[in-house]
Amino acid sequence: MKKPFSLQVDMDSFLPASAEEKEYMVQMRPSTTFFRDGVKRLVKNKIALISFIVIVAITVAAILIPAFWPYSYDQMLGVQPGRPVDASYNNLKPMTYGRTEQKLIDAGEDVFPHLFGTDQHGRDYFIRVVYGTRISLAVGFFASIIVLIIGITIGAISGYVGGKVDLVIMRIVDIIYSLPDMLMVILLASVLGVSRLGEAIEGTSLERIGGNIISLFIVFAILYWVSMARLIRGQILSLREQEYVLAAQATGARSGWIIRKHLIPNCISVVIISTALQIPNAIFTESYLSFLGLGVNAPMSSLGSLASDALNGISSYPYRLVIPAIVISLIVLSLNLFGDGLRDAFDPKLNA
Amino acid sequence: MSLLSVKDLHTSFFTDAGEVRAVNGVSFELERGKILGIVGESGSGKSVTAYSIMQILAETGKIVGGSIQLDGQELVGAGEKVMRTVRGNKISIIFQDPMTSLNPTYTIGHQLIEAITLHTDRNKKEAYDRAVEMLTLVGVNEPQRRMKQYPHEFSGGMRQRVMIAMALACEPDILIADEPTTALDVTIQAQILELMQSLQKELGMAIILITHDLGVVAQLCDEVIVMYAGSVCEQGTADEIFYNPCHAYTRGLLRSIPSVDSAGQKLQPITGTPIDLLNMPKGCPFAPRCDDAMKICIRERCEMLKINAEHNAACWINVRDAQAKEEESDG
Amino acid sequence: MADNQTPLVDIRHLKEYFYISTGPFTTKPLKAVDDVSFTIRRGETLGLVGESGCGKTTVGRTVLQLYKPTGGEIWYDGKQVKTARDLKEFRTKATMVFQDPYSSLNPRMTVSDIIAEPLDVHGLYKTKEERRERVLELMQYVGLNSEHASRYAHEFSGGQRQRIGIARSLSVNPEFIVCDEPVSALDVSIQAQVINMFDELQDKLGLTYLFIAHDLLVVRHISDRIAVMYLGKMVELADADEIYGHPLHPYSKSLISAVPVPDPRTARANQRIALKGDIPSPLNAPSGCPFRTRCPYATDACAESMPEFKEVSSGHFVACHRTAEINS
Repeated sequence: MKKPFSLQVDMDSFLPASAEEKEYMVQMRPSTTFFRDGVKRLVKNKIALISFIVIVAITVAAILIPAFWPYSYDQMLGVQPGRPVDASYNNLKPMTYGRTEQKLIDAGEDVFPHLFGTDQHGRDYFIRVVYGTRISLAVGFFASIIVLIIGITIGAISGYVGGKVDLVIMRIVDIIYSLPDMLMVILLASVLGVSRLGEAIEGTSLERIGGNIISLFIVFAILYWVSMARLIRGQILSLREQEYVLAAQATGARSGWIIRKHLIPNCISVVIISTALQIPNAIFTESYLSFLGLGVNAPMSSLGSLASDALNGISSYPYRLVIPAIVISLIVLSLNLFGDGLRDAFDPKLNA
Repeated sequence: MSLLSVKDLHTSFFTDAGEVRAVNGVSFELERGKILGIVGESGSGKSVTAYSIMQILAETGKIVGGSIQLDGQELVGAGEKVMRTVRGNKISIIFQDPMTSLNPTYTIGHQLIEAITLHTDRNKKEAYDRAVEMLTLVGVNEPQRRMKQYPHEFSGGMRQRVMIAMALACEPDILIADEPTTALDVTIQAQILELMQSLQKELGMAIILITHDLGVVAQLCDEVIVMYAGSVCEQGTADEIFYNPCHAYTRGLLRSIPSVDSAGQKLQPITGTPIDLLNMPKGCPFAPRCDDAMKICIRERCEMLKINAEHNAACWINVRDAQAKEEESDG
Repeated sequence: MADNQTPLVDIRHLKEYFYISTGPFTTKPLKAVDDVSFTIRRGETLGLVGESGCGKTTVGRTVLQLYKPTGGEIWYDGKQVKTARDLKEFRTKATMVFQDPYSSLNPRMTVSDIIAEPLDVHGLYKTKEERRERVLELMQYVGLNSEHASRYAHEFSGGQRQRIGIARSLSVNPEFIVCDEPVSALDVSIQAQVINMFDELQDKLGLTYLFIAHDLLVVRHISDRIAVMYLGKMVELADADEIYGHPLHPYSKSLISAVPVPDPRTARANQRIALKGDIPSPLNAPSGCPFRTRCPYATDACAESMPEFKEVSSGHFVACHRTAEINS
């Protein structure tokens, strides 16, 4: 008989394979979670990673530096109790010293340098920039939190309850959208600024940052929640169509359970991403309001008010405008880039 | 010479998690006027094979080896310019979901005429006549009126007819149908399958039918290729595949379908789950799920063996049985 | 306790209309389910077949009151499910398995949390340990490796995901499960595994199924009796063998003949009863018998009234004016 196949194989090879041998061939991939996957993608994204490092560095600096810096943001170095005002401290160039400090240096003592010089009142400019950064970051962060809370609540209600409630909320959103927001911000900030808000917060810790910032928060709370609400509503609407929500309903789960266990965990990544993208927006708004004089109360500084003050001596001291401008750009840029990176890494729609 | 000849095709997708070898050494020949069925489960690489022929792979996908010859012309590495003349003119494709393949903002007529004028040198008027002719051919009633309608005004079955009309308008040599009836209901599916069969007889083109449904294959195909995890398990005429399956996977597949006689009995499923294409084993990809797996299956992959003139299979069982038979006759 | 004669599930004249807005102030009822009645005995599998848009999924969901029925009554084990309290109890006895193994499992929950969700909702355990044990027991029932309890659903293949879904539906120890196309999203080889599992679970736990599918071969395999739906109406209901061997309604006939048989010789010999045209939209359902627009036997009488759903032989119900003439 002719051999049917040219291959001749040792008969031992035809013994049945054991279950272990077969199982050895299939191995489940190591367990990963959605979050770990996302982080992996995020870390791979160099731009996002660098941005994240920049943000962390700036934030840590803004929090820690004032603790050990020998000068304070409102300390006029030329003004010493019981002595005449020493004008030599005003408008110092970077790394130069006032007259009394110069004497100490000449006497061989160490004097902490004024990295960015001083302003026209003799205040250390570096620490003012640090404080300004602190204020800007804090405003950005808290304003976004406010937007987040209001946006999620209203968006979730609108999406989950639906029907007439949804209709009314969405029309309100449309109306707010149609307002020219910059104009509204300025209008609200100035109206609230001149009202009794300042007196209301007198004596509290809020006094230092001033009524203007409070009104800024209010502006954010009134105007900027709309896009967040729309986003959340859309998310909830599409999540509600998922069969696992139906499955939960079929087991008899209440609305609270469904929202807590199914809806929120599944839109949390979108929420985080858009919050991250909201922060630079808030910082930017705060800066230009401060620039227009509607921001923090003097002597507290913010990056916007520093830039605004710098306009007075722009020809002699251009760096006083450049420094806060660079810091704002750096913060806003890296937050935006990081937010984009977050979205690429976590938004399932993009990496489907 | 055969119309289309695919030799040792390898297509991979390069993802974050690594290289996914979606098609792993697929070879087949397609003769003029034949209907070839490619059967396989999800992830078997049946659609990727078709997309590789058309070179319409997703961005991460790439043909990494092998050759595809259409009428003797090499298509792998031929470049976009050549492929544009091939697509639509010589090879057309229809997809599972006709809704996503039609542009919702244009009328059916507009899209048909555009397709025709793009691929042939007909003028607008001639193209219009051709479009009406094609719609009539695929059984769309009142074609002139239907030409003015938008895709959403058509039902699923009607849309698939329109897609077929569009695909056939330029008289391609090959029609690739990627799960053309999966999204349709049984009675509509029967209509479309009948239509494809009669059109094939009338126009004489070759069809590559990609499906997971062995019933559809049995109804339509002359030749069948069975794929698993990116490779061809078995190929042959429909009768050979259905009545003389020589690969453990094909056998398992045929056994696992409920039939009219199986009521009240247990089905005989293939155990286990499909293999992870990222963790492809060295041996036969089906071995972990195969009840007849042998030591050699774990170690190495079986080559395509010739069972008879119209039947090939890549399964060690055939070697074992042949050797056993030989020894029997010897002893 | 009800005796054996009482059907476990008794659906009477079930109606489910959705109101679709056709203009700024006008709505039109979409009669997804229109006057459907059937019973399911304890331990039985009733198959429900029909094409897309026929309302079979809506029947399943309305039976479990995921949609509030527009009309009709749902009786379970001799009692009507009516009040909120009835419903709460009903939900621990009747559960559902869904079609899509991807969207039916929450991607942010672990397998054990998914399976235990009904237990959590109803507070059916006293200690964490009890919950864990129950989850592992269920995973074993459906053939999942218990080591994978803390993994997320997206790490599993379609067939395994469907097993997770089935384990979830079993967690409250139900008597009745509505299976809404549970295998149609699965590959053929996996389909058979899951179908066998449904069989085994039924034998082991004495389950009753309402098995909804469009694949007639699958339904035929698993069902004791089969109901055929067309455009929101039930057109035929009989024993599985009966409906396959002697379908009486012209729609059932063509549906059964249209199934592609995985056998080339039969396929070549098979005389298909091709239906002309498409399924009408349920929003513009034809008057009288809904099937008359595609029916080869339709007469004027069919346009006038909906034929009664009546028993023509023991246990064989059909809704057609011309049953006698067509089948003589």
